[in-house]
Amino acid sequence: MDDRVILRVGAKILIPFILLFALYVQFHGDFGPGGGFQAGVIFAAGFILYALVFGLGAAKAVLPPIVAHTCAAIGVMVYAGTGVVTLLLGGNFLDYNVLAHNAEHGQEWGIFSVETGVLITVFGVMVAIFYAFAGRRRSEP
Amino acid sequence: MSVVVDVALLAFLAVTAFAVMKQRNLFAVAMLSGIYSLLCAALYTMLDAVDVAFTEAAVGAGISTVLVLGTLALVGHEEKKPARPKVLPLFVVLVTGAVMVYGTLDMPPFGRADNPAHQHVAPRYIEKSGEETGVPNIVTSVLASYRGYDTMGETNVIFTALVGVLLLIATGERRRRLWSADERNGVVTEESSEPGEDGDG
Repeated sequence: MDDRVILRVGAKILIPFILLFALYVQFHGDFGPGGGFQAGVIFAAGFILYALVFGLGAAKAVLPPIVAHTCAAIGVMVYAGTGVVTLLLGGNFLDYNVLAHNAEHGQEWGIFSVETGVLITVFGVMVAIFYAFAGRRRSEP
Repeated sequence: MSVVVDVALLAFLAVTAFAVMKQRNLFAVAMLSGIYSLLCAALYTMLDAVDVAFTEAAVGAGISTVLVLGTLALVGHEEKKPARPKVLPLFVVLVTGAVMVYGTLDMPPFGRADNPAHQHVAPRYIEKSGEETGVPNIVTSVLASYRGYDTMGETNVIFTALVGVLLLIATGERRRRLWSADERNGVVTEESSEPGEDGDG
């Protein structure tokens, strides 16, 4: 990998913009196309590009597999937890109206919260599946 | 104009599909599948389904191509030539395709306002989504609010997919530790407990 200067420099330039674009897709999902799922995939793609160019070891040093696994679980918990919070506040499961002083703000908070959950889960799952595939050594025939 | 673009994209789809069929180098097949996904994404954009197109481009053309390439690195990238031409699979594919084309004959015309899909809950969402959720993108409000249960199910599906992949193919430090802990506790298979049998190192 050491001789591929153009690839390394190009990836280094691109990765911050990929991550930034993922956040744009996440937070702009209310107004344009996109949302937690797409943002999670793009965010994961940034790390996968890093792993492809700089090697799996370097990527695992930046983002250990245990973090990806934990992210995958935390996202589901954030999503379902939003439902539990609305239950505790006296609404139905995932009825965001009760999350704030009026229904519209409650919806805004609820959608933001569940989209964050989706983002975290999708990001963790994509990176972890990539690690699982890339981490296997080729079996001898 | 949009008809020309549609026809061109569909023609490219067909060409890509035939190229995938004829190609024996699986590395090229993986790349062609990515191109196929990108063309699909362009078609979805033509159908004004930008959210779906976005997902198709990111997952179909991006992540799944990387995963396929990762698999090819493990299993080799040359497809074996079949010993003789297979007639039965071709027959099954042709019949299935004919049935699907026959099925589209009864479908309502594309984009008509009085189609069944536009009669049920869609008008309600379109009229009330803005004031009820305050989110301009109706796709997001349907996905995350009106159909929040479904999206939670999908998130769980993705999580379950990871659990399945990890159980099937994961290797790593924690797994090795798990195995060595088993051996310490005396949970060893009969083959590995016999000395001298597996001396290949």
